[in-house]
Amino acid sequence: MQAKKKNLHINADYKSKFGFNVDAKYAFKSKKGLSEEVVRQISAMKHEPEWMLDFRLKAYETFKQKPTPTWGGDLSKINYDDIYYFVKPTDREERNWEDVPVEMKNTFDRLGIPEAERKHLAGVKAQFDSTVIYSSLMAELEEQGIIFLSTDEALQKHPEFFTQYFGKIIPPADNKFAALNSAVWSGGSFVYIPKGVKVKRPLQAYFRINAMNMGQFERTLIIADEGSEAHYTEGCTSPVYTEDSLHAAVVEVIVKKGARFRYTTIQNWSGDVYNLVTKRARVEEDAVMEWVDGNLGSRLTMKYPSCFLVGNGAHGEVLSIAYGGEGQHQDAGGKMIHIAPNTSSQIVSKSISANGGRTSYRGMIAVTPLAANAKSRVECDALILDSASASDTFPVMRIDNSSANIEHEATVSKIGEEKLFYLMSRGLTEAEAMSLIVSGFIEPVVRQLPLEYAVELNRLIELEMEGSVG
Amino acid sequence: MLEIKNLWVTIDDKPILQGLALKIGNGETHALMGPNGSGKSTLAQTLMGHPNYTVTKGKVVFDGQDLLKLESDQRAHVGVFLSFQYPSEIPGVTIASFLRMVYNKKNGQTMSPIKFREVLKEKMEMLNMDEDFMHRYLNDGFSGGEKKRMEILQMLVLEPKLAILDETDSGLDVDALKLVAKAVNFLKEKNNMSVLLITHYSRVLKNIAVDKVRVMKAGKIVQEGGKDLAEELEERGYAGEKEELTH
Repeated sequence: MQAKKKNLHINADYKSKFGFNVDAKYAFKSKKGLSEEVVRQISAMKHEPEWMLDFRLKAYETFKQKPTPTWGGDLSKINYDDIYYFVKPTDREERNWEDVPVEMKNTFDRLGIPEAERKHLAGVKAQFDSTVIYSSLMAELEEQGIIFLSTDEALQKHPEFFTQYFGKIIPPADNKFAALNSAVWSGGSFVYIPKGVKVKRPLQAYFRINAMNMGQFERTLIIADEGSEAHYTEGCTSPVYTEDSLHAAVVEVIVKKGARFRYTTIQNWSGDVYNLVTKRARVEEDAVMEWVDGNLGSRLTMKYPSCFLVGNGAHGEVLSIAYGGEGQHQDAGGKMIHIAPNTSSQIVSKSISANGGRTSYRGMIAVTPLAANAKSRVECDALILDSASASDTFPVMRIDNSSANIEHEATVSKIGEEKLFYLMSRGLTEAEAMSLIVSGFIEPVVRQLPLEYAVELNRLIELEMEGSVG
Repeated sequence: MLEIKNLWVTIDDKPILQGLALKIGNGETHALMGPNGSGKSTLAQTLMGHPNYTVTKGKVVFDGQDLLKLESDQRAHVGVFLSFQYPSEIPGVTIASFLRMVYNKKNGQTMSPIKFREVLKEKMEMLNMDEDFMHRYLNDGFSGGEKKRMEILQMLVLEPKLAILDETDSGLDVDALKLVAKAVNFLKEKNNMSVLLITHYSRVLKNIAVDKVRVMKAGKIVQEGGKDLAEELEERGYAGEKEELTH
């Protein structure tokens, strides 16, 4: 009759499940470590304009000068000399589908990942051409004047957008990892939504299939022109295997007057990855920007999507889910900078920590003297599944205008024995009861996800609880 | 169908039940009364398998099985149901999806949400619950009365062999009490359900017929009788309490 202490091991067996090693063959791989020579080599390989090389070189200098942050997570173990900064994406390693562990295949099965995408996620060079599969979708986008390309390709084809916007929202000097990305970036997406164009379907499937092609330093630039509406999604809920231990991306979004843009990310990197991503949007008059950010994998994630609310009536939102399991630290949150009058913002953060994992909410609300009548609401809820796990909250508020209306709510809860007992008394197993409580906890965020993501995420939770309890 | 023999239960090493024994036959309804702290709820929670209650001695046989050997979810599967005095709130989980999960598990099937909705609607009507209620989160922000009704709705979905009602009647108005009684009587008639009715008030016995009334004190049954005993107790109070008052 005594309570049994059962350990939850969510993603704990990641290494045995997914950490397979296969001899890789590369056609081109830069030398390990970073130097001016490597930066020049990357730019030359891509036949970039002179100004981009300058931009990279300056960023490299900035990277060298900036100290590694000592706040947030523990970054002291990153060895910058032990990283390949450029691998030509088309020459990524080849791995046979037969070599993919059966557990990983089963996970794909259980998650219902389409056949074609499984191979990509498993790091297998698949025999298909995504442009064929998605050609009808791409044609539909082109008809509306939407540009949706890899950032490298877009730089060649549409340099005008780059001279105007690239590195303007997040300058290389913003932080050490933005500087690193600026120096060695490769891959990522470029999206342009023309004035007044409303894209109903999320720009999602196409990118997802290309998820494995993106490098560890991808760079994304998105411009939603006046009055446009679109939803962009990247990543997926199934585990993504990578050899690279550092992922430092930069995402810049410009939401013009009256436009509405949503950016959804779910990351499930393997457990040895440092995921250090800078995401920022410039939100103009009456425009709306929403970041939906899910962090399930990685060793350490430091990511605080932010909105600069620069136009009258601009609105920004961050919805964040973080899951910190064994050996993981998710340091996530959001930043809202109110610069213009009548701007409003909301940050909702839901974090779950289990089996010694740690989650931190780190957020900032700033209201400048010019931003009259600003409104902001922050809600951060933490769920802690066992006594070995932890959660912290680091909210910062800088309010320089007395007309501001700021709300902050924070809750921390544990999955109590009472709740488990209550649900088990109705015939649910402990694992079922646990996953029901967890899925209920994150429901307000999951509701905002595209349906198949929501379904996948819920299945993933069920799967993890099943494999870890009892 | 339920036989409790010499049951001793502690919580945090504090003895609560001290040699409790009782027997409930198929289709019988027994009321259990007694002062606060006498161990009524402890008995209810122990029968359902609450992890904080430790059985140090005794036996509970349910339908020929050793109930104490089963986990809480298995107890539910063999047909034991507890209507909680203080049900937990589960935010983010709708009543419809939760009850469908519970129903499908119980019946070993996978009824579609659309079909289950019809099943649930019928049961909600019996309790005079609005259909929209099924889209609310389980017990989240419910009033005391709503929670009680929600417990009974779960009983209707699970159709147990034995329902333990832990002060389900407390805090209900007359109309709500009648609805609860209607649901209990419905299952009694339909499935010959047995009931262990834990209560402080005799008024519920006007709506649910009882075969026996027992009085608990200090973790034991101290008195047994018919329906009259309940009324008598309500008028006079419990013998023990009176004694204490005179001190």
